[in-house]
Amino acid sequence: MNWTLALPEIVLACLGMAILIFGVLRKQESTQHATMLTIGAFLIVGFLIATRQTGFAFHGQFVADAFATFNKELVLLGGSLALILSLDWNRSQGIARFEYPVLVLFATVGMLVMVSASNLMTLYLGLELQSLALYVLAAFARDNLRSAEAGLKYFVLSGLASGLLLYGVSLVYGFSGTMDFQALHAALMKPAAAPTGLIVGVVFVLVGLAFKVSAVPFHMWTPDVYEGAPTPVTVFFATAPKVAAMALLLRVMGTSFAELVPAWQLLVVLMSIGSMVLGALAAIGQTNIKRLMAYSSIGHMGYALIGLAVGTSDGVRGVLVYMVVYVLMTAGTFACILAMKRDGRPVEQISDLSGLGTNDPGLALALSVFMFSLAGIPLMAGFFAKLYIFLAAVKSGLWTLAIIGVLASVIGAFYYIRIIKVMYFDPPAAAFDRRPPALSFVVAATGLFTAFFFLFPAPVVDAAELASRVLFR
Amino acid sequence: MMNTAGFPLLSLITWLPLVGCVVIMCVRGDEETVASNARWTALWTTLIVLALSLVLWVKFDPREAGFQFNESIAWLPHYRIAYKMGVDGISVLFVLLSTVLTPICILASWETIQTKVREYMMSFLILETMMAGMFCATDFVVFYMFFEAVLIPMYLIIGVWGGPRRVYAAVKFFLFTLTGSVLMLLALIAMWLHAGTTDISVLMETRFPVSMQTWLFFALFASFAVKVPMWPVHTWLPDAHVEAPTAGSVILAGVLLKMGAYGFVRFSIPMLPDAAQAYAPLIYTLSIVAVIYTSFVALAQEDMKKLIAYSSVAHMGVVTIGLFTFNEQGIQGALFQMLSHGIVSGALFLIVGVVYDRIHSREIAHYSGLADRMPAYALVFMVFTMASVGLPGTAGFVGEFLVIVGALQVNFWLALLGGLGMILGAVYMLYLYRRVIFGTITHANLRHILDLSPREWAVFAPLIVLTLWMGVYPSSFTTFFDESVAAMVRHHHAAIASTVKLAQGMPGVLN
Repeated sequence: MNWTLALPEIVLACLGMAILIFGVLRKQESTQHATMLTIGAFLIVGFLIATRQTGFAFHGQFVADAFATFNKELVLLGGSLALILSLDWNRSQGIARFEYPVLVLFATVGMLVMVSASNLMTLYLGLELQSLALYVLAAFARDNLRSAEAGLKYFVLSGLASGLLLYGVSLVYGFSGTMDFQALHAALMKPAAAPTGLIVGVVFVLVGLAFKVSAVPFHMWTPDVYEGAPTPVTVFFATAPKVAAMALLLRVMGTSFAELVPAWQLLVVLMSIGSMVLGALAAIGQTNIKRLMAYSSIGHMGYALIGLAVGTSDGVRGVLVYMVVYVLMTAGTFACILAMKRDGRPVEQISDLSGLGTNDPGLALALSVFMFSLAGIPLMAGFFAKLYIFLAAVKSGLWTLAIIGVLASVIGAFYYIRIIKVMYFDPPAAAFDRRPPALSFVVAATGLFTAFFFLFPAPVVDAAELASRVLFR
Repeated sequence: MMNTAGFPLLSLITWLPLVGCVVIMCVRGDEETVASNARWTALWTTLIVLALSLVLWVKFDPREAGFQFNESIAWLPHYRIAYKMGVDGISVLFVLLSTVLTPICILASWETIQTKVREYMMSFLILETMMAGMFCATDFVVFYMFFEAVLIPMYLIIGVWGGPRRVYAAVKFFLFTLTGSVLMLLALIAMWLHAGTTDISVLMETRFPVSMQTWLFFALFASFAVKVPMWPVHTWLPDAHVEAPTAGSVILAGVLLKMGAYGFVRFSIPMLPDAAQAYAPLIYTLSIVAVIYTSFVALAQEDMKKLIAYSSVAHMGVVTIGLFTFNEQGIQGALFQMLSHGIVSGALFLIVGVVYDRIHSREIAHYSGLADRMPAYALVFMVFTMASVGLPGTAGFVGEFLVIVGALQVNFWLALLGGLGMILGAVYMLYLYRRVIFGTITHANLRHILDLSPREWAVFAPLIVLTLWMGVYPSSFTTFFDESVAAMVRHHHAAIASTVKLAQGMPGVLN
């Protein structure tokens, strides 16, 4: 059985239940403690993951390898950042309930399972565990109409995507007789002999997962959910689940269907181009910064998909580096958005940032670092993320994709620098409220990473290199 | 890691401004204290950097054609990218140009910038780091990072401290330049994958297949042509210049435009010799259009800054002609013209800044008869007008003369049409000078205008000295790049000869 390989997930699930009981018994004022305990649980699990050995467990349904370790740590990082950012916000918005950290925790368990899935069944199990927790989280501010709408919208569309995925899984199983990634890989060694029904199944699986990473044309839910959900939930949505879903996509395509690259490459290329272009163009007209970030994340997933479209371990490495940088700069940007409060009420319009350079130079500096980084301007981390992706694309001769990608990044730069324009060039508006120290901490930490990644890129790149060797062998 | 200086001189020159930046960031106190401290810290930092770069000037060995003061630190060993610094005869003087102009800019902004002084000075220090780093980089990736990162401080300088249409100008500047740059990024990656390294000196020795060269050439061209700027992608320049604060214009004209031409001379010509040779006529055409067309446009301008901005496009047209003649005179002349244009156009923008600070108008029609009230100003203006026109004895002459000599060896018409720029330049510059300086004072607020202050003298004095020095004794500058240019020209002709030989030996192979 080798079940100890799954110890991190088991421990996290048990800790989650313990925190749930703790919350129920303490009742009043337990949110703060529950959140702290959850972050503690993440730390313990992070340590456990780092010290695990590699191999298969549960008769090949569960895999622990360098790729899984890399993505799990990243998921935990995203989850922890989202939790830290939720602390003060939830209290001030009157949605401080101990269920919040517990739900985040269970969603994270689901993601860890997703990342380690080595069987289509495990994949679906992890995905659903994650999704169920996320539905509730999106509607967490239940008295708020927009939040309830976001939850419902996400539930309906995500349910549809899960259905498509499941249909794809059944097709794959029906035409190949196995759900095991390794067995599928072995069965598909001769891609020419793959039955058409199986290819259709692969397409359905791809579509289902594309929904989770919000790639065009399955992105429709993203802007509404990002805008409607409480901002800390949006932070969570934008970081950890994206990592998990992208890892899953890479895992499925990079192991079981690795030999079928020519069959699905065009599909991924089109999704990638669509995401990049739509992310760049649709964001221009936005006035709400959370919506803008939603389109921005669609665009970024488009860039990450280039790495998948390439279909080599070079591409995977690019995606992994991209995701690390993406998680940290996105969390930092949202931390800045969380700081946008006047008289205790959150404000979300881009014009509310007007004159931030005068009112709060520190925050404005950090936000401009994130914006330049999101735009991919050198010396910021975002540039390196794009560099590795384009490196892989050019290496494989995907010139069209690379050229469209860089041009879309120029269009994207327009709206990122517009935010900097609002902050620095426009006359000052009323100042924001004092921001809590936890927020400043996250802004500073992610900002320093984003600005000074260029000094020490090697650890992240080396780890990504190691992790990427597992796929597309 | 060790080099001729015994310590990492180039890294010090590059990164020291950032140290000044951190110091400025730490200053606490009321607004006045912060502003004053920021100014002095910025000035001292840039002066120390200038002193360090003078060490470079003294210790540089002009008999050596290759890179000197080399530094190398492993950065991304898997990808064979290292942080590599070094200067050769071509780049060393541009490092100096950057370090000379920055303190002058700080000094020129001493009184004019009164809002957000701290951020302003920080932007200039960051800009200096990026400029110096770009000219020192001997690794393509490092070069690219500095090349593009220049956009960040410049965008802020134009957008925060600029004129009424600053937002439009800043965004236009940013997007134009970025579009070119990202295409260069793809070319960079393609060259990297082909050669397996991004070391510039290795890339220079790498022969890229001719068909690949064409694509690479145009990708690089997209980036450098926007930066130079060449006609027809020059339209961002007048906007950026007009809206930028005086010091911003100085850096823009003085150093940023040179980055494009430097890119041609560092990458396009030595690394892609066949494509450069094949598409030289295209460059000639665009340059001649730039020289003649923008000269006429300059003649029609009502705004002094815009006039000088258009004259910059014309002068840079001469530079690109010189670079693509592929002979020693042409390239030397182009390099010399880049240096002299850096000094002279920078000075001209400062001259506009002087009256703009006093009257807050750049309209040519607003001024007349300044010679009456401002004799010293008229004198300084005269020196730089003459230098811009290319009067013998000033910096402007040597470069244009050499370029024409170089162009004559290529084609008579090229030399003739390129040389037209000198005549047209005389027309619009003298016309400008006459309208602003001579005549009678018509506007009331000009009657009590003050002549140059000691601070302004301190700004102009070094520029005047340099302009005359470059005009009277150009050898002290040309000796720096003699060897490097000669090596480059030899390298180019050898490469072309080998291609021709190859084509003759194996017909059809090169398609």
